[in-house]
Amino acid sequence: MANLVEVRNLKVEAVTDAGRVVTIIDDVSFDIADGEIVALIGESGSGKTTIALTLMGYARPGCRISDGSVRLGDHDMARLGESECARIRGVEVAYIPQSAAAAFNPAHTIMDQVIEVARIHRLMPLKDARAKAVELFKALALPHPETIGDRYPHQVSGGQLQRLAAAMALIGDPKLVIFDEPTTALDVTTQIEVLRAFKSVMQGKKIAGVYVSHDLAVVAQMADRIIVLKSGKIQEAGATEQIIKRPIHPYTKALISAVEPALFAGLDAKEEEAKAALIEVNNLYAGYGGFLDNGLPRFLTVKHVDLRVPAGHNLGIIGESGCGKSTLARAIAGLLPAVTGNILLEGKALAPDARHRNREQLRKVQIVFQSADTALNPAKSVSEILERPLVFYHGMARKDRIKRVDELLDMVQLPRGLGNRRPSELSGGQKQRVNFARALAADPKLILCDEITSALDTVVAAAIIDLLKELQRELGLSYIFISHDLSTVRAICDDVAVMYAGEKVEQTSPDRIGQAGGHPYSRLLFDSVPKLDTGWLDSLKQDAALIEAYAVR
Amino acid sequence: MNRQVFELVSWRLASAVVTLLIVSFTIFLATTLLPGDVAQILLGQAATPEAVAGLRKAMHLDDPAIVQFLKWLSGLASGDLGRSYANNMPVAALIGGRLANTLKLAAATTTVAVPLALTLGITAAINRDTLFDRIVSGATVAIISVPEFLLATLAVLVFAVYLRWLPALSLANETQSFGDLLRIYALPVMTLTFGVSAQMIRMTRAAVIETLNTPYVEMALLKGASRRRKVLWHALPNALGPIVNAIALSLSYLLGGVIIVETIFSYPGIAKLMVDAVATRDLPLIQSCAMIFCVGYLVLVTIADIIAIVSNPRLRT
Amino acid sequence: MTTDALTASRRISYRFNKVGLVSLAVILAWALVAIFAPLLAPFPIGKIVNFEFFAPMSAKFWMGTDYLGRDMLSRVLLGARYTVGTSLAAVTFACFMGVALGMTAAVLGGWIDTVMSRLMDALISIPSKLFGLVVVAGLGSSIPVLILTLGVIYTPGCYRFARALAVNINAMDYVTVARARGEGLGYLIRAEILPNITGPVLADFGLRFVFIVLLLSGLSFLGLGVQPPYADWGALVRENLGGLPLAAPAVIFPSLAIATLTISVNLLIDNLPRKIRDQGV
Repeated sequence: MANLVEVRNLKVEAVTDAGRVVTIIDDVSFDIADGEIVALIGESGSGKTTIALTLMGYARPGCRISDGSVRLGDHDMARLGESECARIRGVEVAYIPQSAAAAFNPAHTIMDQVIEVARIHRLMPLKDARAKAVELFKALALPHPETIGDRYPHQVSGGQLQRLAAAMALIGDPKLVIFDEPTTALDVTTQIEVLRAFKSVMQGKKIAGVYVSHDLAVVAQMADRIIVLKSGKIQEAGATEQIIKRPIHPYTKALISAVEPALFAGLDAKEEEAKAALIEVNNLYAGYGGFLDNGLPRFLTVKHVDLRVPAGHNLGIIGESGCGKSTLARAIAGLLPAVTGNILLEGKALAPDARHRNREQLRKVQIVFQSADTALNPAKSVSEILERPLVFYHGMARKDRIKRVDELLDMVQLPRGLGNRRPSELSGGQKQRVNFARALAADPKLILCDEITSALDTVVAAAIIDLLKELQRELGLSYIFISHDLSTVRAICDDVAVMYAGEKVEQTSPDRIGQAGGHPYSRLLFDSVPKLDTGWLDSLKQDAALIEAYAVR
Repeated sequence: MNRQVFELVSWRLASAVVTLLIVSFTIFLATTLLPGDVAQILLGQAATPEAVAGLRKAMHLDDPAIVQFLKWLSGLASGDLGRSYANNMPVAALIGGRLANTLKLAAATTTVAVPLALTLGITAAINRDTLFDRIVSGATVAIISVPEFLLATLAVLVFAVYLRWLPALSLANETQSFGDLLRIYALPVMTLTFGVSAQMIRMTRAAVIETLNTPYVEMALLKGASRRRKVLWHALPNALGPIVNAIALSLSYLLGGVIIVETIFSYPGIAKLMVDAVATRDLPLIQSCAMIFCVGYLVLVTIADIIAIVSNPRLRT
Repeated sequence: MTTDALTASRRISYRFNKVGLVSLAVILAWALVAIFAPLLAPFPIGKIVNFEFFAPMSAKFWMGTDYLGRDMLSRVLLGARYTVGTSLAAVTFACFMGVALGMTAAVLGGWIDTVMSRLMDALISIPSKLFGLVVVAGLGSSIPVLILTLGVIYTPGCYRFARALAVNINAMDYVTVARARGEGLGYLIRAEILPNITGPVLADFGLRFVFIVLLLSGLSFLGLGVQPPYADWGALVRENLGGLPLAAPAVIFPSLAIATLTISVNLLIDNLPRKIRDQGV
């Protein structure tokens, strides 16, 4: 039987701002059989979305398909004109975007948009289209399937929108559905429900699919075959089991090892108690949005949190979006003053507001943010950025500063010549290292890491984590490491605190998180993280009551 | 109208009232800055000091500024705009007819400019970077870059001097027939229309382009939507708010343009009245005319903001 | 997500395109004329050199003569001084005040921001021609008064624009990091915010310059701007308006001069190199 999709020697070029022509997809060939789900795996910049879009005959503005063929059924999408492609889109091939929230038009109801494909291509009378949409809503396990279509996009949650986008894609009964990183923006607990819904519908109707993602564990649940991409070229392709269990290409191996890093060697409990606390947080309350009559902020995001970090140790704080972990970090740094409770640094109380703390106190606690794009001043060179803390805290003379900047760049394993560059010329990983070097320039005792690896690719993030561990050994630093990603936190922290709805619900060592006997929410969180095992999703049993209590459906 | 929208709109209205108070105070301040003792000017050089003092007292010119301001404000609110210094007629009577004339001019300009600008702006945005778009964009840049008197003089040169189709002056009080009316209004309306349309076209085009660049329009493309559907069903409902906003803001541009146009064409409107009043230092007249202009401007801008608030689809429940 | 292959290899340059270059040339030409006007004018400004007023263009009088018989070319060249000079002074004042106040309001926030913004909103609510009319009529039309008035009229616009830009930059993490370090207001404005908004601020500077030139010309046209015997371009149009039915060049050329200057500035702004225009966005 002929394949549904055959891509041969695909080449896509793009024109940069300066007028240069760059090849972003180079000589890619692969097949997709009927009813088969193929995953395109790679880091950002690997070209996976670009390839997926060529299956619809679409190239983003500035790009064009310059060579090769993309055969879908009887058509070569690379050669077809715009109006012929338009006739095929939605009917034979459909697309589920990464950000469903952005893909829905805020001015029209959900139902109108879900059945739009039927309207455009005149597939069936509107009444039938609406009935079919409701059937799809039921199959995708959406709440209130009869009435959810009457709402507007801003009135439903992210996870629901993602499933509605799937319904929008399936209404035309396409032969091929393209999933473009559909669960990347969702919390792990929401992600499970969405993945289950997708899988059941795809298997039920035997539709072929292309699943684009950077998350190997998620892809292991969904795809029959995996294609590994890097810089627009295929590195390796094979059945899911083979890629996961017996990877051949070194890049694939690096990806696999980055997914499940080794557990951090936790320290002896007695030793921890004995060491003096570097930082202690007692009964902290913080929030924003003005004050209510009882003195508490209108939006209370952190409630009676207690923490204790001994010198030279790392505390991880984990939770899903909205749990208050970032607010906690800012409260400790003094950027968002706590309303009650106290923070003790080396035994002495810190003023809630950074403006009232003295320079020494500010120097000892440094904060590193998630997005290095916005954390480095684009108008300054790397040396200028690193020199400022040296001047501000240590009053260093120019000669000493130049020497110290070189030392800092060595510490974060960046070449010394990088000092003259601007941030816009650096990669994501390099920027984050400079971010870190700036924190080190102050000679701190404690570094607050606020989701510093969340915006980085898994391989780059793993390298940053290794750097952090090494610096800790060399300099005797302590970290408070905040993240939503359990595996990253377990790779670097001695202790892990779990936060939910502003409160700390549990704190244990990394190997005990999620085991029986712990807080139910931690168990739910631990269970929801996809494992690199193809049978994980199907065999997952979650307590319905737990889900009801904690997860946003 | 749900609660959130109601709150935002009320807040905006309250804000407009506060602004109006500050503006009226500024105008009052600016006009009392006009140097020269008013009483002295009115009585002439030969007046005795006692006569001047007496007149000052009668006109309350020695009262503290705040008291004078409040008196003036209450007068405005009750419709008493004072009496003109130049000819001692009630200001309200002087303004009445002239205001009507200016409003006629504004109305005529609006009926021509708005449909024209919307059509050109939307089609230019849809056909972005084509020759049509480039011509439209180039022309609008040129028009908004030049002073209104240049547009007016060009119009007069072309239509009155070379082609001799239209008269150069507008004697709006002596119209005989509809044809006459058209000929008299044509040049002022044309001049104003050029300026207003150019603003509107630029803003409309920008608003439509912005809605065409959104992810949901790209999604529509990936569903196989035709260009017509993308523009009419997806983009325009979202661009409506910004477009109406653009219309209101462009109309406020009329307030400035009308000053020049009425002067050049000797059109008997309120702007010309004010320009003449400035020359003769006729305080009450200046103050009242200025207030009318400012109120008009504030009304347009507030309406524009309120429409922007109400048309935000995310505020719907 | 992190930058993709496309943006990492992109090098945005300071290149001008053709339209931008032509506009820049025109602007520089007028600037030079404004500086060197007395040296360039073929005839002394006030002198009546021809008994034929509203004369057409000829070899001797490149732009004809005005309503008194004076050489138009000389008057237009000197008019450049008043138009360009006054407008430049006013726009510098407006931008300096507006940008400084806007950045301060954005960084300090709180009641300072609210009060200043409310005041500026009120000032913006007065139509500019109106404000100019009233104040200049009251205080006279000396050059300093004109410069100050025009500057004050356009300060709120600059303030709003600079404040919006500064608020965006203020929200960036690198400013938060500087705050957490303990940096003060002066450092934040000088070293973190200002370098990142210079591009758009320069574009805004050009835009305000155009507005001011137009307003000044409008005021002069109404008789309230530069007073005789000196004349800027607007005043030149005013005094020669009688020549309109005769299609005299004396009326057309000052208007053309204004148009070339303002259109060039607008075109230049629209065609600025990407790197300058999109900074801080």
